[in-house]
Amino acid sequence: MLRYTLKRLLSLIVSLLAASVVIFLLIEIAPGDPASFMLGVNARPDTLAALQAELGLDVPKWQRYLNWIGGMVTGDFGTSYQYRTPVAQMVADRLWVSLPLALFALVLSTVIALPAGIFAAARRGQAGDIAVMGATQLGVAIPNFWFAMMLVLVFAINLGWFSAGGFAGWDQGLFAGLKSLTLPAVALALPQAAILARVMRSALLDVLGEDFMRSARAKGLTERQALWRHGLRNALIPVLTILGLQFAFLIAGGIIIEQVFYLPGLGRLIFQSISARDLIVVESVVMLLVFAVIMVNFIVDLAYAAVDPRLRLRT
Amino acid sequence: MKHSLYLGAALSCVFLFAALISFLWTPYDHTALDIPSRLQGPNKAHWLGTDHFGRDILSMLMVGARTSLAVALVSVGIGMCIGVPLGLWAAARKGGWADEIIMRTNDLIFAFPSLVIAILITSIMGAGATNAILAIGIFNIPVFARVARGAALPIWEREFILAARVAGKGPVRISQEHILPNILNLLIVQGTIQFSLGILAEAGLSYVGLGAQPPTPSWGRMLADAQTLVAIAPHIALMPGVAIILTVLGLNLMGDGLRDYLDPKLRVSRA
Amino acid sequence: MSLLSIRDLSITIDDTPILKSVSFDIAEGEIVAVTGESGSGKSMTAMSVIQLLPKSARQTGEVVLDGEDMVTMPENALCDRRGQTVGMVFQEPMTALNPVQTIGAQVSETIRVHTGASLAEAKARAAEVLERVGLPADRFPLSRYPHELSGGQRQRVVIAMAIALRPKLLIADEPTTALDVTTQAQILDLLKDLVSDFGMGLLMITHDLAVVADMADRIVVMRHGEIVEQGQTQALLRDMQHPYTKMLFEASRHQVDMPAPQDSAPLLELKDVVRDYDLPRRSLFAARESYRAVKGVSFKIDHGERVGLVGESGCGKSTLTKAILGLEPIQGGSIRLDGAPVDADHPGTRRQMQVVFQDPFGSFNPRHRVDRLITEPLHLLDTPPEGSERSDLVAQTLTAVGLSPDDARKYPHQFSGGQRQRIAIARALIIRPQLILFDEAVSALDVSVRAQILDLLAHLCADYGLAYLFISHDLSVVRSVTDRVLIMRAGEIVEQGASQDVFANPQHPYTQSLIAAAPVLPDLTQETAHV
Repeated sequence: MLRYTLKRLLSLIVSLLAASVVIFLLIEIAPGDPASFMLGVNARPDTLAALQAELGLDVPKWQRYLNWIGGMVTGDFGTSYQYRTPVAQMVADRLWVSLPLALFALVLSTVIALPAGIFAAARRGQAGDIAVMGATQLGVAIPNFWFAMMLVLVFAINLGWFSAGGFAGWDQGLFAGLKSLTLPAVALALPQAAILARVMRSALLDVLGEDFMRSARAKGLTERQALWRHGLRNALIPVLTILGLQFAFLIAGGIIIEQVFYLPGLGRLIFQSISARDLIVVESVVMLLVFAVIMVNFIVDLAYAAVDPRLRLRT
Repeated sequence: MKHSLYLGAALSCVFLFAALISFLWTPYDHTALDIPSRLQGPNKAHWLGTDHFGRDILSMLMVGARTSLAVALVSVGIGMCIGVPLGLWAAARKGGWADEIIMRTNDLIFAFPSLVIAILITSIMGAGATNAILAIGIFNIPVFARVARGAALPIWEREFILAARVAGKGPVRISQEHILPNILNLLIVQGTIQFSLGILAEAGLSYVGLGAQPPTPSWGRMLADAQTLVAIAPHIALMPGVAIILTVLGLNLMGDGLRDYLDPKLRVSRA
Repeated sequence: MSLLSIRDLSITIDDTPILKSVSFDIAEGEIVAVTGESGSGKSMTAMSVIQLLPKSARQTGEVVLDGEDMVTMPENALCDRRGQTVGMVFQEPMTALNPVQTIGAQVSETIRVHTGASLAEAKARAAEVLERVGLPADRFPLSRYPHELSGGQRQRVVIAMAIALRPKLLIADEPTTALDVTTQAQILDLLKDLVSDFGMGLLMITHDLAVVADMADRIVVMRHGEIVEQGQTQALLRDMQHPYTKMLFEASRHQVDMPAPQDSAPLLELKDVVRDYDLPRRSLFAARESYRAVKGVSFKIDHGERVGLVGESGCGKSTLTKAILGLEPIQGGSIRLDGAPVDADHPGTRRQMQVVFQDPFGSFNPRHRVDRLITEPLHLLDTPPEGSERSDLVAQTLTAVGLSPDDARKYPHQFSGGQRQRIAIARALIIRPQLILFDEAVSALDVSVRAQILDLLAHLCADYGLAYLFISHDLSVVRSVTDRVLIMRAGEIVEQGASQDVFANPQHPYTQSLIAAAPVLPDLTQETAHV
């Protein structure tokens, strides 16, 4: 188990390094020097040089990479070209909106999808199964940002239960914060829940055909007992994989959903920074998003080992 | 299951034809402004109503279908043409360095959600349909590589592959003659799934302004334009959304139906 | 009153009749074997007793177990009987256990589901039961997972699950088919022991007539869902009434008339062949370790000589086969065919050698027609025949293996298992190789089909002067179709010699144990007629 964890940890670090190199190189090939962009075309050379030095642009590229990555590790994400404030502070503020949103959506999606998938699998071919599968087929096809607009139309504009956008802030209390994240989270979660429910159902149906399920029935377990005691844990393995992938989609989807609800999250930050060519912010936020995805996959890998004893031995 | 194949194919064809016909004819010029008749609901003159500039929504949807379908189709093409050979190569060299490099690169790309790739590309090269294609296409490569490798590996274990090797055939010929034909079904099904995901992704990208730029119409941007008006004229948000949903639904149904239809196990039982 | 009494049981699935009016009885302490070839309905009979039939199955008749009819019993009562009155053991021990639960949890579950015993009590009982089936807790703690056990050990766990509550009837569906011959003997002994200990009835489903004759008090022979004959084992073996029964037993003991080998110039020569596999690195910095699957094997096959290679699973015989075919590199020694080294760079050598595999379903690309399938090796020739020359060759080869030239346009799924194995032989034969490797080539076939394929081999030997290496775990088959035999164990050839000598008078203790473990059909005094 320890060896498995260490091995996963090593691959996590390698992935992070590789991702950081890719992001750095991509941003580097972007045309235009941030300093001259900020000062305009008529800037005096000595002002330009001074700004380049201030932004840390006057050293060789490899050294800039090391400075950047070293800064990321110690929590110093550099200084925004646009606002001249520490990127770390800007990101931290936004993270308090984006991360709760993604987690809220993940929880919501799991809580809806797993029971729905189990329900459908247990009633394979019956009316309940057909209804759930029809709903998921529709759910998979709905773009989440459009769904978000429809939620706003119904629950904010027509019924007035929620506000149509903006974020109350956590200082208004947990409830107010969660309330302003509810519609965005629902919009994010439902299409993902549709996918997850389908995976849960088909994973369970696959397991139901396994020989050990027949053994369980031969012991005298009822169909339902066999499903819960032997089917579920084995079916969780593919579900975990999808859950890990979904987190990546939720983070990316969150960027769009924040646009619909005017939420001050990482998504809005990234779009503002792109239009202002504030590349260091883009660079850091993208790295942060990728870091989150890789971390989640690491956790999923560990969860595999918890579910499946065969993995604990494998090196 | 036949039903879902036919229903899905019919739905998909409706939008394909709408896109093709738009090259020859649309009810109105999709760029023609007609401020007096703006924000009309569906009526006899404008079947699906008009937007805030009085443009005919049906015409815009028909032209927008071109963008959606083209972006999705080309990005699936990119994914297949690069991903499938990589996946086959990795499977043929299972456990070797080529396999290792291909699969690790795949994992790395998976760590960048397609929207993040699009953001990166846009921040370097600016927004546009081509960059949307690139962003979605790059993300399709590891999907197809993974599917191709995963499907090819069990076939490499089959005895007819050993027999072909005993007959002196090399990995490239075996991949062409024996592996590819046997995983083609799966690739086609995956292709329809990626195609529908591509339509969703394109809509999302153009919604946030990273996709096709004006004046090229696209479903996603129609929704972005509709956002502020959704309270006054819900239909201008409803129509493009329904178009996206029906296209994606059609493609997914077709994919499900195809999978059931092409499944060799089912075919054997019919023989 | 008998323990189990099946009366006029008929089952249809989607209007296809599976069982037709099946009737037989099992008394307490009695072992009844139901036998037959594939599609005979023997497994369905077993599943009908425990009432785990596919949902679409329709049944009529009675299955009276311990005085109660299982057919009409409601589901919750059935759950109560399963595991308590009747236990079941399945064919495939590798998949019959839940991979994510410990063996202790799985055995004690049987106990807890029926008795409401506490966890500790159930665990203690489970330990006792596992000890009874030969898995004592000091060597096999309850916390073991299935993947930490061998196939034979897993089958013991499955048996423990089935007998934990001492059911009155135990059903065993091909319980040893997936196991090696020595393991098979141990599991069969265990089952016999349990029957006499507990006074259980045992319903044994098997295709292996030698096992049947060895184990059963009574035999039920089935074909196409019907019982063709049943009776006390000794009486039935002495006096078979039905021609199908006679044919089955005849085919199981089928002796092939092999032509005498011709000359004795060496064809294939292996000298000190070593094959190592790299193991995955244990850590990033440790040197790669390797596993030696073949440890310095040397032997020769002469022109026209038929050699058998016998060994249990994991002994390295498949690895050796791939090395001989030049599909995998060897790390030491040499393999020469007609004096030339065998490797990928010498297509001339490879065209002298072809292979026939076990699985008649996996050995063909399902998308190609027969003519394309069997002409694949022609690729090795410098000038492959084309046009009518090619189609003549296809027709001629198909005829040689007992198929029709018209079959060339068909797809493999249109053929039965035995016919597919003929196609596989045609593919091997088409470039007229000097040597063919048969890798478990008849192991998946029913006995009657197997006998026909073995006869075909004898014909081909006579017609083409063929040499072959016949790799198999089945001792009786190897004995009948080979001149010489090699016994392999743990990567080494432990004994070799003329087949008759080795089987009649084995020298190495391992060979002796193999031969002792293999169940044999009793030599019947009465002569059975040919069919």
